[in-house]
Order: sequence, then structure tokens, then C-alpha cells
Amino acid sequence: MENRGITFGYGFLSQESSFDVQFSLIEYDGSHSYFRAYLVGLLNTILVSVIGIVFATIIGVIVGIARLSSNYLIERTAAIYVEFFRNIPLLLQIFFWYFAALRALPLPEKAEPMFGVFFLTIKGFFVPAFVWNNLDVFIYSLIAAIISIVFVRLYAKKKQENQGIQTPVLSISIALLIILPLLSFFLGGVDASVEIPVIEQLSKTSFTYKGGLKLPPELISLALALSLYTATFIAECVRAGVQGVSKGQKEAAASIGLTPNQVLKLVVMPQALRIIIPPTTNQYLNLTKNSSLAAAIAYPDLVLVFAGTALMQTGRAIEIVSITMLTYLTLSITISIFMNWYNKKIAIKEK
Amino acid sequence: MNKLNFLSPDKNNLYAYLYSGISLFFLSILIVFLNSFFSLDLTSFLPGTISYFLPLIIGFIGLHLIRIEYSGIKFLDITNKNINTNKFNALLSLLIIFAVIKSLPPLLSWFIIDANFAGDSKDACSGSGACWAYIKTWFNRFMYGMYPNAEQWRINLSFIALAFLGGVGFFATEKFKKYLTLYYVVIYPIIAFLFIFFFISGGPIFFDFSYGIIAAVISIIIGFFIPSKFKMYYFLIIPITIYILLKYIFFYEELIELGKIQAFEWVETGAWGGLSLTFIVSFFCLIFCFPVGLFLSLGRRSDLPIIKYISIGFIEFWRGVPLITVLFMSSVMFPMFLPEDMFIDKLVRVIIAISLFEAAYVAEVIRGGLQALPRGQYDAAKSLGMGYWKMHIFVILPQALKLVIPGIANTFLALVKDTPLIFVVGLLEIVGMLNLAKTNPEWLGFAMEGYVFASIVFFIICYAMSKYSYNLEQKYKTER
Repeated sequence: MENRGITFGYGFLSQESSFDVQFSLIEYDGSHSYFRAYLVGLLNTILVSVIGIVFATIIGVIVGIARLSSNYLIERTAAIYVEFFRNIPLLLQIFFWYFAALRALPLPEKAEPMFGVFFLTIKGFFVPAFVWNNLDVFIYSLIAAIISIVFVRLYAKKKQENQGIQTPVLSISIALLIILPLLSFFLGGVDASVEIPVIEQLSKTSFTYKGGLKLPPELISLALALSLYTATFIAECVRAGVQGVSKGQKEAAASIGLTPNQVLKLVVMPQALRIIIPPTTNQYLNLTKNSSLAAAIAYPDLVLVFAGTALMQTGRAIEIVSITMLTYLTLSITISIFMNWYNKKIAIKEK
Repeated sequence: MNKLNFLSPDKNNLYAYLYSGISLFFLSILIVFLNSFFSLDLTSFLPGTISYFLPLIIGFIGLHLIRIEYSGIKFLDITNKNINTNKFNALLSLLIIFAVIKSLPPLLSWFIIDANFAGDSKDACSGSGACWAYIKTWFNRFMYGMYPNAEQWRINLSFIALAFLGGVGFFATEKFKKYLTLYYVVIYPIIAFLFIFFFISGGPIFFDFSYGIIAAVISIIIGFFIPSKFKMYYFLIIPITIYILLKYIFFYEELIELGKIQAFEWVETGAWGGLSLTFIVSFFCLIFCFPVGLFLSLGRRSDLPIIKYISIGFIEFWRGVPLITVLFMSSVMFPMFLPEDMFIDKLVRVIIAISLFEAAYVAEVIRGGLQALPRGQYDAAKSLGMGYWKMHIFVILPQALKLVIPGIANTFLALVKDTPLIFVVGLLEIVGMLNLAKTNPEWLGFAMEGYVFASIVFFIICYAMSKYSYNLEQKYKTER
């Protein structure tokens, strides 16, 4: 290393970065430091991972249950979906959505509005944004709702253990989640108005939308590919989990007079979750790591912003690659520690 | 005749319900079919929204009428059981059938009817369908990358030869069956490497072969005098030692002279590409990652704390980082730690990086198999006086590996699907070549065809692999 004239040090992180990033959650431009560029990349990675995890879980659970359906057509459709999307490389899928599918969208000036407010164009997906007054009060009310739900659950559990009476926790929770934020509108002075994107002419041939929220096509194609790909694996986990609960358990539960809903909620799901959660955790981790493929389509995630642009500018390969790897390592270990804790919590407690 | 109650069809008046239901059901399908294939709208006299939902409503009523339990007609019972158990299922079945009918015409026209098959330039593709002429023109590039056209027979020949040599196992007689493992684990990879090195790369041919043959002959002659007890160790170590001695110590000068003799034109690895590169990378990574993963999994369960914690650290590190950063590391960071005059080929670096990365996953899969074995197997093996290696080779690993065939197959599939990532270091396999072809000014605008083609290729490869692993799993399944 010495004879190549390379020095080592992390001092460059506070230098001015002087490059711009297309899409950022926090305020950023060329005058900010490399460390802030790192934060921009990290936040973008987390954003796309969270979106991907949410959608992959939803699609995965639906498809996994559909594969267990008694309806031949539904079962086959789900199976074809799983086999198809699982056997095609993720990178190819990302390219497909980005370079082929989303390129077929109309130009901004020709876009047909969906429901009058959503504009799906080649430059991105324009959605209305909320403009908040007193957003903090709203967030406090949400937090208060969540805390009270935890207390209600604890109370309900205690009541069931002591008196054997079941409390409808789910409906109470939903009611709390709706009522408390609503109260904040009336009492806390929270006010939200919707800002609808409006078309604007930049030059003679160039149009864009102003106002509202812009989701860049990179983000859409990446989130789409990640969730469709990972959903197939989650679907298989769900299927394996539900099939793993022995038939005797269901029959036993039905024979002591539980309703089908209660059988599902109290007998099947707790046992199925025990099988489902460990492999699903792995899939979440994989999705987070796979989000680094963003670099291929220029979505400004950690790899592109930091291990790409910043590395090219500073030439500090060792520091930057090590920071990037450590970041991913930390993300994975955090998710796996959380999931291990959750797994331990729901595991069979043998006495 | 009983009274007809259309709300709850029953077995009385079976045929009345059956005929009316079936005719309604087929009417609904007919409407959708005519609408999508011939753009004929039978229901255009109705207002827009109603005519849009009419087939669904008619079909739903039809399915409702034929939902008769235990009708005694076999076909009807099977249909009801499979697609028509209740209202919700009937609705979903209808939606799926309609979606298939609706999506067939555009797909067919894009893939076949309006597609262009002939021609060798962009002008040939004027239709609204796919431009398969594009794939045809670029086919060589997609398969072989930038490899010179005149030399492509070398790749073909190597792959065909390797496929034949790989298929030897199927024809082996009972007598040679016991050597198959040795063949596949040691000999076959070496032959494959020689093929790739001499044929595809066009490396200097003479010295390696000649010294290899000399080393083999000498070691076989000496081998006759070695007691059979040590023969295995002997043949593992001595030929390579003699080879290295010959090559680097006794005949180093001659070697340089001889090394200049080349039978084939040298093609540097940067020019390799396309599907053949996908195969080469996957093949070598598969071969290397398995033994490394095996040793890591054994190391993780070792009693020696140093080995154990090194293995754990290694596995967790590789599992925690994305492959793309590993490739970044191999391309920008790794060369800095090498001595100045030393250079390792890009392809070799990539193969090492992917192998180590996948080895960590293989290790975890095998560990699962090792943990699943009951303690009794270990105790029984030990009580027979077996040592650590004997116990693992003859008792533990055969059982453990059999258990984890699906897991290993999944890891290998993931490996094949990860190979496109080597674009990071500038190697272009099939997906990379597609991206290159897409930006060619003479062939702009055919991204879709390229990706569909590559998807089909990868789907065939991966689906075949997964089915093969399933067969393997069934074959080695033993009742426990």
C-alpha cells in the first residue's frame, strides 16, 4: 500500500463532497460533506428496503395462502407466479421494469390522471402530498394510540388468564388508532391539506409536475422488482408454515368447540408463525442486501452514492468499501437480533 | 315436477339448473372471448359500466346454478370441487378465466403474430410485435460475448466435451461406481480447468501438459513401492509436489521458452461474455464453494475455540454483506494489498469472491443438516473407534448432506442467479451484453425483447436445476 502512495484515514468524511444526488430524503447538495452523502445513501437504502419488505410481505402472504387454496385455478396461478418470478435473476427483473416496462409509460404532458390526482409518467409517479400544520401533535397522538394499544393488550391478556374472558383487542385497537389521531385534528389544531401535482412547462418540449410528491422511476422499479421477487420466497415460507401445523391440531381445536376463526387465530397461526418467522427473517435480510442492486439502475442508494460516486472522487477505496460493508453488516445484524428476539418470544416454552 | 328455486339449486330438477347454468357460464365466456379476440361487443346496447361487468354477473349466476352437491355427474362434481366450492371461489375462478382470455390476444400478437422473425437490421422490424430479428442478429454476442467469431468453436467444443465427461457418471458400471466421487470432486474439475485454460483462453499449451505428464508418470512409478495404507495421502500430495518442483525449480528457464508455444490464439478474459461466461462462472463457483462451505460448517461445530470463532466470524461476515460490495472489494480494494508486480486476472478474482460468498451460505445449510442428525449417530461412530475424519466421511456427512439437498440446490440456484452481478467489475455475461446491445445506436428500442429472451433462458436453466434437485431429493430419500 505504501509503495502505491495511498494514505489511510477517515478525515475525508468531513470534506465538501461537491456532487449532487438526484433523490434525497434529507436536504442535500454539493456543499454538504461526504458524511452527509453517506447518510443520504443510507436513508435511501432503508427507504427502498422498508417499502420492499412491506409489499413483499403482503404479496407473499396472499400468494402463500392462495397456494393452499382448494380452488385449482387459484392454486395454479399462484404456483406459476412463484415459479416464474423465483427463477429469474433479480437484476434482470430490475432491468426489465426500469428499461422496458416503465419506459413504455407516457410523457408528462400526455399522462392520463388516475382518479384525477395520480400521474404515472415516464419521469416518475406523481402523487398528492399532505401539507401539515402542527405535524408533531399528530405524531404524538399516534404514539399515544400505540402505547394505549399495548396497555389494552396487556390488560386483555391478564383478564383472560384470570377470568377466561376474551376481550376484542383488534377492534379496540383499530378504534383507538382512528379516534386518537382524529381527536388531534379537532383539539390539537392539526390541519392537513392535500397538494395536487400540477403540470408545468419547463421549456418548449419539456414538461414536469410541480407540487405533490415525486417517486422517481428508479425507486418504483426497484421496489417493484424487490417485492415481487422476495414475495415468492415469503409465499413458500408461509405455505410451509401453514402446512406444518398438523391436521390433528385443527381437528382437536374444532372438537373443543372453537369457531373456525378462533381455530385460525388461537391454534393454527401461533404454531405456523413459529415455522414461518425464521426463514422470513432471512428473506428480509436478503431483500435489504439485494437493494444494493440499485446501483445498476442509478437509484442513489448507499452503494451508488458512497461506494460509487464518493469512491471515484476521493479514491479512498479501503475506507469507503469498509464503511459500506460495515453498514450492511450492522443493518443485517440489527434485523436478525430483533427477529431472534421475536422468535424467542413466540417459541414454545417448555417447562 | 318440483318447483324451481333458483336461489338454492338442488338435486331435484338437476338438468334444468344444469342446462341453464352451463349455458349462462359459456355465454359469459363467449362474450369475453369475442370481445378480446375479435373486438366484437355483444353487449354494446347496455350502458358502459353494466356492459363491462355483465360477463362477470352472468358467469357468476351460471356457476351458482351448477353448484349442486353430490349431483351424481362425475364431471360436474369434479368441476364444483375444484373451481366452484363457494361464491367467493366462483368469483375468483371467473376473474382468472377472464384475465387469461383477455391477456391472450395481446400476448400472442406480440410474441408471434405481429412479430418479425426475418431480417438483419432495425428496418426489418416495423410491426407492433416483438422484433426477434434483433435476438437473431445479436445471438452470437448474447452467447459468446466479445469472443472472436472465428474462435467460437473452441467454446462449443469445450462445453460439449465437458458435458460428455460430466455424463460419465450415468454410464459407469458397478465396478467404477466407488470412484465416481473422487472423479467428480478432484479429476473432473481439473479437466474442466484445463479445457477452459487451454481451449477457451488459449493459454500456452506445452509446458503444463508435459510437466504434468512427467509428474504423473514419476509418481505412478514410485507409487508401486508405497504401502497401500498411505497410498491415498501419497497420491494427494506427491504429483503436485513433483509438478511444482519440475516447473519452478529444475526447468524454470526452459519453461519460459516453451511457454511461448501456443496452439490457439490468446483471448483475454475481458472479451469473454454472454451465456458461456455465465456457465463458466457458475460452474467454477459451484465447484469451489461446496468444499469451502463444508469445511466452514465443520469448523463452526468444532470443539477448538479458535477454529470455531474464526469460522463463525467468516460465515457471519460474508452473510451480512451484499454480493455487490464483495465484488467492489475484489475489484478496487483487493489489488491494493497485492505486491506490485503481481496481477490476478479479473475473472479469477470474481470467481474467488463469489465462491467465498456462497460458501458461507452453503456452510449454514450444511450446518442445518449436521444439527438435524441425532447424537446417537456420533456416539455410535465413536464407539466403533472411528476418528474425527473417518466418522464424518463415512457416517455423518453422507446422512447430513442427504438431508440438505434442497437447501444446497437453493444456494446453487441463488449462485446462478447472482452471476449477472459481475457487471460491477466490467465482465459482461448475458444480462450485461443485453444492456450493451440495447445502447447500440443501430438497435435502439428493443430492450423488451432482450429482457424477455434472457428471462426465458434463465427460467429454463433455473427451473431445470430445481426440478433436478427435487428428483435427487426423492432418489436419496430414506425412511428414518
